[in-house]
Amino acid sequence: MDMPTPNPTVLAKKPRLVQRLRQVLPADAVIDDLSETRAYECDALTAYRCPPLLAVLPASTQEVSDVLRICHEEGVPVVPRGSGTSLAGGALPTADSVILGVARMNEVLETDYDNRIIRVQSGRTNLSVTGAVEAEDFFYAPDPSSQLACAIAGNIAMNSGGAHCLKYGVTTNNLLGVTMVLMDGTVVEIGGAHLDAGGLDLLGVICGSEGQLGVVTEATLRILRKPEGARPVLMAFDSNEVAGACVSDIIKAGVLPVAIEFMDRLCIEACEAFAKAGYPQCEALLIVEVEGSEAEIDDQLTRILEIARRHDPLELRESQSAEESAKIWLGRKSAFGAMGQINDYMCLDGTIPVSALPMVLRRIGELSQEYGLKVGNVFHAGDGNMHPLILFDANKPGDLEKCEAFGADILKLCVDAGGCLTGEHGVGIEKRDLMLHQYAAVDLEAQMAVKDVFDPQWLLNPAKVFPLSVSESRRAVQVAAE
Amino acid sequence: MRPQTEAELAQIVAGLTAPVRIRGGGTRGVPGPEAELDISGLSGITLYEPGALTLVAKAGTPVAEIEAALAAEGQRLAFEPMDHRGLMGTEGTPTIGGVVAGNISGPRRIQTGAARDFLLGVRYVDGMGQVISNGGRVMKNVTGYDLVKLMAGSWGTLGVLSEVSLKVLPKAETQTTLAISVPDAATAVRALSVGLGSPYEVTGAAYDPASGQALVRIEGFEASVAYRAEALIRLFAPFGTVAQVEDDPWPGIRDVAPFHGREGDVWRISVKPGDAPELAARCKAEALLFDWGGGLIWALMPTGTDLRARLGEFAGHATLIRGDRTQHAMFQPEPAPLAALSRGLRQRFDPKGLFNPGLMG
Ligand SMILES: Cc1cc2nc3c(=O)[nH]c(=O)nc-3n(C[C@H](O)[C@H](O)[C@H](O)COP(=O)(O)OP(=O)(O)OC[C@H]3O[C@@H](n4cnc5c(N)ncnc54)[C@H](O)[C@@H]3O)c2cc1C
Ligand SMILES: Cc1cc2nc3c(=O)[nH]c(=O)nc-3n(C[C@H](O)[C@H](O)[C@H](O)COP(=O)(O)OP(=O)(O)OC[C@H]3O[C@@H](n4cnc5c(N)ncnc54)[C@H](O)[C@@H]3O)c2cc1C
Repeated sequence: MDMPTPNPTVLAKKPRLVQRLRQVLPADAVIDDLSETRAYECDALTAYRCPPLLAVLPASTQEVSDVLRICHEEGVPVVPRGSGTSLAGGALPTADSVILGVARMNEVLETDYDNRIIRVQSGRTNLSVTGAVEAEDFFYAPDPSSQLACAIAGNIAMNSGGAHCLKYGVTTNNLLGVTMVLMDGTVVEIGGAHLDAGGLDLLGVICGSEGQLGVVTEATLRILRKPEGARPVLMAFDSNEVAGACVSDIIKAGVLPVAIEFMDRLCIEACEAFAKAGYPQCEALLIVEVEGSEAEIDDQLTRILEIARRHDPLELRESQSAEESAKIWLGRKSAFGAMGQINDYMCLDGTIPVSALPMVLRRIGELSQEYGLKVGNVFHAGDGNMHPLILFDANKPGDLEKCEAFGADILKLCVDAGGCLTGEHGVGIEKRDLMLHQYAAVDLEAQMAVKDVFDPQWLLNPAKVFPLSVSESRRAVQVAAE
Repeated sequence: MRPQTEAELAQIVAGLTAPVRIRGGGTRGVPGPEAELDISGLSGITLYEPGALTLVAKAGTPVAEIEAALAAEGQRLAFEPMDHRGLMGTEGTPTIGGVVAGNISGPRRIQTGAARDFLLGVRYVDGMGQVISNGGRVMKNVTGYDLVKLMAGSWGTLGVLSEVSLKVLPKAETQTTLAISVPDAATAVRALSVGLGSPYEVTGAAYDPASGQALVRIEGFEASVAYRAEALIRLFAPFGTVAQVEDDPWPGIRDVAPFHGREGDVWRISVKPGDAPELAARCKAEALLFDWGGGLIWALMPTGTDLRARLGEFAGHATLIRGDRTQHAMFQPEPAPLAALSRGLRQRFDPKGLFNPGLMG
């Protein structure tokens, strides 16, 4: 993966920049020592690392604005950072960039149950947003598996999803407003406690813009009342095709579960070995969860199980207790960890139309043979968001490259099947160079035009999302501005 | 100008030298230049997969055609787009492009989301006559910027939509409506908040001051609806008499039926529900209708009233839906930095200022 050559003029500015930033931030909020900047050298895509020029940890919108104004004046690129759990390299620095971390901004600013909103500083972790309203039986719906660590800032930038988004939607559907600082230091308020935009839907394009349009410092989020209860059912099938057909039939029948999760044999076996969840040995496993009162759950599960029976399941296991429910989810929730026990792995994130599931899984199996690398599939089947996990050995020369090539083939396959490169993890650097497989040059030009408006000098997270060759002339403005 | 294909549309736009008014079905009464670019020739459902909950259609496809196709499979457009014809006194056939361009959502928006939340992908022709594609037809997609949301609600000022893909949902098996007799808007909004803050999945929460009733809709499978109605009746008891309504008031609320055939301007105000009673009082309106738990106020005003002056500073926005938009801007003026961003986007998407110029500022 190429990254642009660091700009020597910017590198030379380091002492002056440190001095200017220390005038607006407390001393401990400007980190310039290599032993400490190393902590920011990568996100969860750990194969790629590069310590930044500096890292800053502002504690307020005003401080963020001061930092950006100075970096703007000095022509220094800025990479916003939440908790650094991006799997796409979204928060990966370049050597000539300032990491702007929002970790110190984690306050709850307002909770309003009557109007069903919470306003938080963007560095607050996803799970602790729910934590703040749980006592009143409310929750914040988007629930990425990384929710213990990841920040709302990163969730907004990546438009993150979670296991329950089939019913509740992803971040963009639960985000009502933001306070954001533009690269020149201007603070803007977009949206709020009311619904929908009065003019152009700027919030809609900011969500998912991967830290390239502005630095989000505060967010107004929709909170919901917790359902009375939830219960999963486990279904085992002897082929991926049949499991896929079952998913489609459930959706068609008008019962909309909160989650439909899918695991294939390799994942099932890994999870069994790792978490001992007691999963049946089979080719494909579905976990389907529904919500409501006891009676409502019974009613929905009766309908769902009736559909499942038509597909000759090897086993249908309805949870009878909270412990059994936890056990059913245990394996799925530890899937990534379990795969990590077998080997290093790369987690992909393409989305496909649900109808293409059997074909895509078959083709992934063939590619796995061709590349000689194992792949396990675990994903959100209800919405076609796949997470193939390719196993490789990072210590074996050439294995990472082979794995990346295999990954690229799978993502292209997703696009060719009518889907897309990434369903929830974002493009970052990881899928940057595949963008031209999904989009024509004019399509990318239209997207880059949006960045031109928000950040004319392309200083915010400039080396991400768009293939470097495509964004080159725009990034050159930044260097020329020197 | 009435292109029959996307390519023809692109060719027409590339050759334009003067502004046009983009017209879908012409039912939403949006003003604009004389020259008309009629999209109704781009019509037809191009893909519908009920098992994947997705539908792709050309922008000029009549909404009715889409609703019929969905109904045949027991599905629907969950965001419940309104039909403006009664309110605007217009005729014609509302198109899906017009629905998307206006981000038109009805009562269910409060629970399930707006049109923009169900829009998975768009194809449009920009001001240079280039065909641009964004998003796709899958339910989760974060590949690049979300121009899909930007196009929804852009009222044709950024480009001419040629194709849209939508997420659809199963139709509920049954529904019921509870009516709570309340003395005033403040009580209504408090009652609706209790309903919306309950675990009983309220999919409509409106208040009609004329009837003094707060209305709450529950949808789903028969037994579940009965159970939740029962639970909600208990929750609402402290606010007033609760009755179960026989007929379906929701199409009327969606289309603002109480204002049909009445003189005056129509405004649509989006606010935090808790602010609604006080703001509505400031309007001194001829008639009011509250939806979205109070978050959406429809106000019927004497012709020519400057409603924004009456509202003063408030968090939210007011749109002039019916009235003289040369006198009062259709859309709420934005604070300077946001207006600059919006203007910048328009300049990039439509540098020659061809599409519905001036409509959104
Ligand atoms: C084990 C594991 C499981 C995961 N599971 C899921 C999952 O189920 N669903 C899912 O969607 N993702 C998942 N992820 C991916 C990741 O957690 C999400 O992308 C998350 O939203 C990133 O949040 P973060 O705070 O860590 O952001 P970071 O990694 O710090 O940054 C991510 C992006 O956000 C930008 N950014 C950060 N802060 C700001 C700001 N203040 N303003 C503007 N831009 C900013 C960055 O520049 C970068 O582009 C998982 C990751 C891991 C490691
Ligand atoms: C009885 C009556 C009352 C009227 N009242 C008023 C009035 O009060 N004020 C006034 O100013 N004018 C009024 N008009 C004018 C008239 O409504 C408009 O000139 C015209 O009908 C607008 O139609 P439309 O195509 O814009 O509407 P629609 O097709 O309903 O479109 C709605 C919006 O979406 C846009 N759009 C539609 N399709 C697309 C697409 N494919 N891509 C991008 N954008 C799209 C349109 O440009 C428009 O902004 C009235 C007309 C009548 C007959």
